[in-house]
Amino acid sequence: MKMIVAIIQPYKLEEVKEALYAAEVNLITVSEVLGHGRQGGVAEIYRGNKETGNLLRKIRLEIAVNENYVEKTIEAIQAGARTGEVGDGKIFVYDLAAVVRIRTGERGNEAIG
Amino acid sequence: MKRFRKAMVGFFALGGLPLAAQASARGAVMPFLSPGNTAWVIVATALVMFMTMPALGMFYGGLVRKKNVLNTLMQCFITLAVVSTLWVAFGYTLAFSDGELIPGVLGDFKWAFLSGIPPDALSPYFVSDPGGRIPHLLFAMFQCMFAVITPALIIGAFAERMKFSSFLAFTVAWLFLVYVPLAHMVWSTNGWLCRMGVMDFAGGIVVHVNAGIAALVTALFIGRRRALKAFPPHNLPFTLIGSAMLWFGWFGFNAGSSLAADGLAANSLVTTNTAAAVAAIVWAIADRLVNGKATILGVATGAVAGLAAITPAAGFVNVGGAFFIGAASSVVCFFMVSFVKARLGYDDALDAFGCHGVGGLLGSLCTGLLADPEIWKAYGGGHAGLMYGNPRQFFVQALACAVSIALALVGTALILKVIDLLVGVRVDSTAEAMGLDITQHEERAYTVIE
Repeated sequence: MKMIVAIIQPYKLEEVKEALYAAEVNLITVSEVLGHGRQGGVAEIYRGNKETGNLLRKIRLEIAVNENYVEKTIEAIQAGARTGEVGDGKIFVYDLAAVVRIRTGERGNEAIG
Repeated sequence: MKRFRKAMVGFFALGGLPLAAQASARGAVMPFLSPGNTAWVIVATALVMFMTMPALGMFYGGLVRKKNVLNTLMQCFITLAVVSTLWVAFGYTLAFSDGELIPGVLGDFKWAFLSGIPPDALSPYFVSDPGGRIPHLLFAMFQCMFAVITPALIIGAFAERMKFSSFLAFTVAWLFLVYVPLAHMVWSTNGWLCRMGVMDFAGGIVVHVNAGIAALVTALFIGRRRALKAFPPHNLPFTLIGSAMLWFGWFGFNAGSSLAADGLAANSLVTTNTAAAVAAIVWAIADRLVNGKATILGVATGAVAGLAAITPAAGFVNVGGAFFIGAASSVVCFFMVSFVKARLGYDDALDAFGCHGVGGLLGSLCTGLLADPEIWKAYGGGHAGLMYGNPRQFFVQALACAVSIALALVGTALILKVIDLLVGVRVDSTAEAMGLDITQHEERAYTVIE
């Protein structure tokens, strides 16, 4: 079992969701986060003062999958989120030690999907 | 018409019309400046200004997604600024002067920049009080606020996807090519629909049908928003507060339209409040029956539909008429917004057509049915609808609606086509996905972490 965490551009969320649904990955947690990688920051203007270097808005996706879904999920995220510009984000894959479904108490591979 | 008549015989020569005869008979009263009427219309002008911004801005702003709320508020705010300047420059004189650039359709430039209207000049237009007038400058400003809110209503149709620059060009062109001619036709004493005796007390035809049809055309022209499914409103408290503020401002819109602090204003106040209240209740019941729960968005929408519908009728119908118009507008708009829109698939984002267009149309036709001559007895008029033995009125109302629909349809489509060819109407898909706040204004409404 793996935990896939992706940081993407907020405006790419719709496309990533579409790509994930198309790959039959339906279980997803989404949160709004701030941060930046190599690309500096975003410019906003307030009363004529351009402020740069602000933290950027990003979307974090968390998806727990069984081994056979790992590549499909990564491909779907990349297909949906990629623009080719700096700031497209990253995908992290961790080993997942345990999964418990709270309602039934199921564990492991059955609990994931 | 808003029943503007003239008191000073010969101020505008209108020879031979029953309206003019009526006016000159009552024109025996020497007009004077009424402090009471003036005070009320100044307040009413402020109330109508309040309807565009903040009321409509909040109503619409709450309905869009949070990445577009600033753009929506900005569109309302800048419309207030842009139309205000254009109105004193050329809008008022083209809509309301007695010159005939195009006879019956457009006035001339005699009052450009309101020159030639000294502060002590009395308004040539009056409704119920031929003696006690308001300053002419005040009448021009009261009308200014109507010219502001009408294009602002259309914002609901193209919300979340129109370029800011194209929106500005659209608003300017639409004001002069669609709003001004229609205001002249219906409300100016020289307008041809006015001369036919059309009854539009506070702008059901000129404001709501007109903006509603323009909204439908814009929604069809600009196309659907991109996304997987429905668009949840980002802030329903905004929308509900905006709706209540619209209700509040509408007292100025309708009761102010008698241009006097009198019984007719009181009648308009009663019918306006009653129709809004009935419409909100009926929408809540419809929601409960059809969708299972009475909703916040439902009562907010219902009240606005009722207000739009009572606008043309406010000074002509009685309380019974207000009950009927409130209930009917709610049922019809509920059906349009819930079923017809979904069925036909046009993306009138915030239901500018579904509420204002449909509500205004219904109210304008109902005025021709339910106008009660008792209400105008004391003011020297007799405006009866079909139910009170004057079937002609219903056809005049229907004709005026048809003219408004035709003008709004052709004018709006033409303006959009030209702008689209020159600079494009819609933002590109990346800008749409990122939101108009950051792409059109480089600002954001909300922070995530300070």
